[in-house]
Amino acid sequence: MATFKDFRNTVKPNWCPGCGDFSVQAAIQRAAANVGIEPNELAVISGIGCSGRISGYINSYGFHGIHGRALPIAQGLKMANRDLNVIASGGDGDGFAIGMGHTIHAIRRNIDVTYVVMDNQIYGLTKGQTSPRSAAGFITKSTPGGAIEPSLKPLEVALTSGATFVAQGFSTDIKELTALIEAGINHKGFSFINVFSPCVTYNKVNTYDWFKENLTKLADIEGYDNSDRGMAMRTVMEHEGLVTGIIYQDTETTSYQEKVPGYSELPLTDIDIKMSENDFNELVKEFM
Amino acid sequence: MLHQLSWKVGGQQGEGIESTGEIFSMAMNRLGYFLYGYRHFSSRIKGGHTNNKITVRPTEVRSIADDLDILVAFDQETIDVNYKELTETGIILADSKFDPVKPEDSKAPLFAVPFTEVAAELGTSLMKNMVAIGATAALLNLEDEVFQNVVDDIFGKKGEEVVQKNMEAIARGHELMNELLGERVGEWALAPADGKRRMFMIGNDAVALGALAAGTRFMAAYPITPASEIMEYLIKKLPKFGGAVIQTEDEIAAATMAIGANFGGVRSFTASAGPGLSLMMEAIGLSGMTEQPLVVVDTQRGGPSTGLPTKQEQSDLMAMLYGTHGEIPKVVIAPSTMEEAFFDTIQAFNIAEELQLPVILVTDLQLSLGKQSVEPFDYNKIEIRRGKIVTDNIEEAADKAYFKRYENTEDGISPRVLPGTLNGIHHVTGVEHDETGKPSEATGNRQVQMDKRFRKLAALKFDNPVYSNAPHEDADILLVGFNSTRGAIEEVQERLNAQGMKVNHAHIRLIHPFPSTEVAPLVAKAKKVIVVENNYTGQLANIMKMNVGGHDKIETITKYNGTPFLPGELENRVKELTR
Ligand SMILES: Cc1ncc(C[n+]2csc(CCOP(=O)(O)OP(=O)(O)O)c2C)c(N)n1
Ligand code: SF4
Ligand SMILES: [Mg+2]
Repeated sequence: MATFKDFRNTVKPNWCPGCGDFSVQAAIQRAAANVGIEPNELAVISGIGCSGRISGYINSYGFHGIHGRALPIAQGLKMANRDLNVIASGGDGDGFAIGMGHTIHAIRRNIDVTYVVMDNQIYGLTKGQTSPRSAAGFITKSTPGGAIEPSLKPLEVALTSGATFVAQGFSTDIKELTALIEAGINHKGFSFINVFSPCVTYNKVNTYDWFKENLTKLADIEGYDNSDRGMAMRTVMEHEGLVTGIIYQDTETTSYQEKVPGYSELPLTDIDIKMSENDFNELVKEFM
Repeated sequence: MLHQLSWKVGGQQGEGIESTGEIFSMAMNRLGYFLYGYRHFSSRIKGGHTNNKITVRPTEVRSIADDLDILVAFDQETIDVNYKELTETGIILADSKFDPVKPEDSKAPLFAVPFTEVAAELGTSLMKNMVAIGATAALLNLEDEVFQNVVDDIFGKKGEEVVQKNMEAIARGHELMNELLGERVGEWALAPADGKRRMFMIGNDAVALGALAAGTRFMAAYPITPASEIMEYLIKKLPKFGGAVIQTEDEIAAATMAIGANFGGVRSFTASAGPGLSLMMEAIGLSGMTEQPLVVVDTQRGGPSTGLPTKQEQSDLMAMLYGTHGEIPKVVIAPSTMEEAFFDTIQAFNIAEELQLPVILVTDLQLSLGKQSVEPFDYNKIEIRRGKIVTDNIEEAADKAYFKRYENTEDGISPRVLPGTLNGIHHVTGVEHDETGKPSEATGNRQVQMDKRFRKLAALKFDNPVYSNAPHEDADILLVGFNSTRGAIEEVQERLNAQGMKVNHAHIRLIHPFPSTEVAPLVAKAKKVIVVENNYTGQLANIMKMNVGGHDKIETITKYNGTPFLPGELENRVKELTR
């Protein structure tokens, strides 16, 4: 059986020393090993950004696509081969700005893909502009007078979009994060995992220390029931989104693939594609 | 006796004009006639003038007729807009309900027939279209029985009574018309057909069936006129083959989802029109750069922006060829008949996988929605080629080195391994990369990978990239077109040759890479080249000039008012240019 080391490759990440993304990468590798899959059974699909480079740093099949489109690529791949474990990942700009439409619809659609967002409240790769996750007043190169728009609330959006799995982690807490990603992989349906992954170079506000001070673990909230969407919503709002753990999970709703009429139980890749003469003639007859 | 009948039914959209045309044409098709139907419609659901013009004859027909023998009108607008098309012996049948008025300068007799009234008497005014069909049957001297099996097919589900009522409506229309016609009964009878059963389909049907026969098992698409029928057909049929269609949130998702599924190893595609094509540009580049197969169908309509969404145009060529930023190899295929639409779709999937690049299959609204009789496609001609897919027995590489997914091979085509395969792990990226898919900006590597990607085009296999009918070694004119103008050009070539001109015809089926070797000699053999296209700037003419020169003799006949070329007007415009 594969260990997390088998999910390491020989590429040296070009992230800045101290970047939160290193730990996200490690957590994905550990979670993959923990759920008992082999590297060739995993595909990591990523967007564009510092975070987007992650697909190249994990020993698995990888697809580094275009900005904001990791989710449709991942969903297409999963539809093609339902036996593969598909993880999509990218930054907060990737998933909540340019790709926000796909994020909401992937959540609604509920195809069995695990989506890990590396949320650093900034655009890292393009060297420090505001992100939809930056708080109002946040000063960046593109908001020298402070961000005017309020920050986007991904957990609330996910919860109201019909998400069947919503979690949030913090990159330094690799143990919890690994458990969240594992739960996400095991979840039958779309799992949305937002991860606070600090950018040490361009975000001097939302730092490791800042998160340590402000985050609350759901595990520490007495009586928290993550199967209760209403409670999840209230708790997230009360804590202004600064919680970690599995926020909500619906274990009953079946995934998209289970609901598509006629959709093959075998991976589509395993079906012989040559149409029989009989089938063909029948289709032709319908036009006569 | 007529050797060709041109029949048109018109009225307000949402009034059943569609089904009137559909039932009439299905019956004629089943009698063995050849048909070409073209709908004029607007981008709204209820209201707005719509009409369906159907050309019927016992021999092959590839073009809409210039004129009209019978006009069936459900409102005054239909008469006012269309009466000028009527021939000397043309006739108007109009619903007496709207007190039809014959335009002053119309020579055609107008028969006011109580379509709605009779239908209402029989139970529902909805059946007015059946009464009109019965009246048509009288004109053509057809037995009502010829409609029986069509009515069975369409209304059978609703029960025997509904079938009976509809047949009765036809019979009543027939009787009424016979009385009105008196002596003239049968004057519009058509020469008999061969009774052979043929398919009757729109281009989108041919493309959708082609995709299914090519083995597509996943489609991702966003609805748009005139492409939606392709997706709707696959939504109906794919479940039987284990596959699925996802209606995405937009065309960017559609194209990238199709790329993801192709990466997974399933033949998948998307279909759209100009606005969707614009949104897909970055994804098409991704397919080219990551060498993932992708088939995109572009059913052209009037542009730019929302343009003329329900009208004919051929103005996306330059966007298809040059729309993506940067440079990637791609293939653009342009079928011009139903049969080509079917088989070219299969080829599009083959080429996309063999060359590992995006293939755009381009049609236009007239081809996509025009409904034609076609001989059944030959199953034995369906060929599937999947290219260099490596499935097993891959040796484990030392030190977790990645599989060389972008190996710099002689023909530029690298072995392709599908996710899930043991020892095939590799990375795919839209960033410039080395042979294993690792990002690399090294100058040498860039050159190697760029050359490799473009080298693949030399391996392209595409039969008959140009359809030509060029009997003259020293032609006065070479007429050139692509997609649906084929029928009108063929007709005009025939007419002009009969008048003593020497006219050759070339229809470009492979737009990119341009088949210069085939086209250059045809250009050389002609004094003048006239490129016929439904756009303003003469896009195909410009592409020809770029590839084969001929600037001194290439001229264009363009049309961009939203309507297809009719043979008669094309004939006149060719003559004007050669005067
Ligand atoms: C269509 C498009 N627009 C803009 C860019 C430039 N771009 C690359 S990454 C990025 C934002 C990165 O921010 P985020 O997604 O938060 O990732 P991070 O670098 O912070 O991990 C932008 C704007 C691009 N690559 N493609
Ligand atoms: S710029 Fe920020 S997000 Fe990018 S690698 Fe450096 S620390 Fe990480
Ligand atoms: Mg970011």
